[in-house]
Amino acid sequence: MNWDWQVVDDFMPRFWDGVLVTLQALAIGTLISFALGLVWALAQRSPLVWVRWPVTAVTEFIRNTPLLVQLFFLFYVVPNFGPSMSPLTTGIVGLGLHYSTYTAEVYRAGIEGVPAGQWEAATALSLSRSRTWRAVILPQAIRRVVPPLGNYVVAMLKDSPMIATIGAFDMLGEAQAFSNETFTTEALTVVGVAFIVIAYPASLLIRALERRLVR
Amino acid sequence: MSADTPVKNDHDGNDNPPVDGSELIRFDKVTKRFGSNTVLDELDFSVASGKHVTLIGPSGSGKTTILRLLMTLVKPDEGTIKVGDNYLFHERRNGHLAPAGEKHIREVRKNIGMVFQQFNLFPNMKVLRNITEAPVTVLGLSKDEAEQRARELLELVGLTEHLDKYPTQLSGGQQQRVAIARALAMRPQVLLLDEVTSALDPELVAGVLDVLRDIARTTDITMLCVTHEMNFARDISDQVLMFDSGRVIESGPPEKIFSEPEQDRTREFLSAIL
Repeated sequence: MNWDWQVVDDFMPRFWDGVLVTLQALAIGTLISFALGLVWALAQRSPLVWVRWPVTAVTEFIRNTPLLVQLFFLFYVVPNFGPSMSPLTTGIVGLGLHYSTYTAEVYRAGIEGVPAGQWEAATALSLSRSRTWRAVILPQAIRRVVPPLGNYVVAMLKDSPMIATIGAFDMLGEAQAFSNETFTTEALTVVGVAFIVIAYPASLLIRALERRLVR
Repeated sequence: MSADTPVKNDHDGNDNPPVDGSELIRFDKVTKRFGSNTVLDELDFSVASGKHVTLIGPSGSGKTTILRLLMTLVKPDEGTIKVGDNYLFHERRNGHLAPAGEKHIREVRKNIGMVFQQFNLFPNMKVLRNITEAPVTVLGLSKDEAEQRARELLELVGLTEHLDKYPTQLSGGQQQRVAIARALAMRPQVLLLDEVTSALDPELVAGVLDVLRDIARTTDITMLCVTHEMNFARDISDQVLMFDSGRVIESGPPEKIFSEPEQDRTREFLSAIL
């Protein structure tokens, strides 16, 4: 098989379209999963059983079903009952929601890792419940969870091509479509390299952040 | 801290009883069980305002549980605990004693401070903020007032130059002195000391005990102290309570308890640890 730079050149406009979709999905999906995961983790520690129980049920359900099924559900079923979203928006919401159930577990472990003495000291000083969370517990918990959270960012990047199945053409989706139309394979190689080019600096960034936070 | 700048117990606007030697803490038939293990068995005792009381006894005799009950870290199974005019876990409603709400407990608890065996400083905050956090967010002091107070307390514990460090940058003894300053910054009426030197290297113990002696001498704060440092207990205590199996089996001034205890059990305990 011969490598043809001309094919690569032809692919470039669509490649950049795909990169944009991938990066958008990754960035916004990450934000959703980090924020929503924390909400889940806190809700699971709620003293109210009618908060705790449904949240546990929903997160277990999402974590134990395939992302692909969830994407199809969000794209084909949900619009029958509620608003329909564009493929990209649906994909971002799906990724963020799916990964939020994993980040919730990470947060939970981080929160449980804060020694009981910290809660006791906060009680002894009469800090309010919300102040204890914001000033004492979460700053310590989040410091512990940055490395495992970062791993999920990389995992999400690697799962992002799934959103192409509902029509949000990420870089792999573009490459596959291009390759099928032109009977070539160069585009797929380009995208494989692109994944490394995005993932590796991301993991370096996470490690740098980890060094700064861990004290 | 020098004798001319005593820490005044001005109680920060809580309606506390005056410091006049009247009864400040009363345990009435307090029972605490952990599973099938009865740690405190219908315990009665009281502490007068301004007194320094040391609790001694074998481990598992319930001493630390008393401090943890007062700090509301655990709840009693039966009985009442009174701090000043208020019950700690109960409030009066229509003439009856009912289980207290969180707000009531917090209000009464503000009069009590605690220093822990493991220091429990907040590792994510610098020394200064460890001390100012609660005065600002709980008592409503301004940042300047709280920092002023923190600086005075750091001077008292001899750590002025460390206010900008994180706890992990300090030795255990220094951390414990910060923890003492942090507890005092709330101007509690009662200071609970839970084996505060047990986690320290031997050469660091003296510095912490000196600070506490200073506080005992120059303030009117009521102290409840669980310790294995008998010399320290002898120095600061007005009263020593000997515990065994969840009950006070003997109490009196330190000279009496340490020199001529009445109970065989006390004699045994003291000869084992001295």
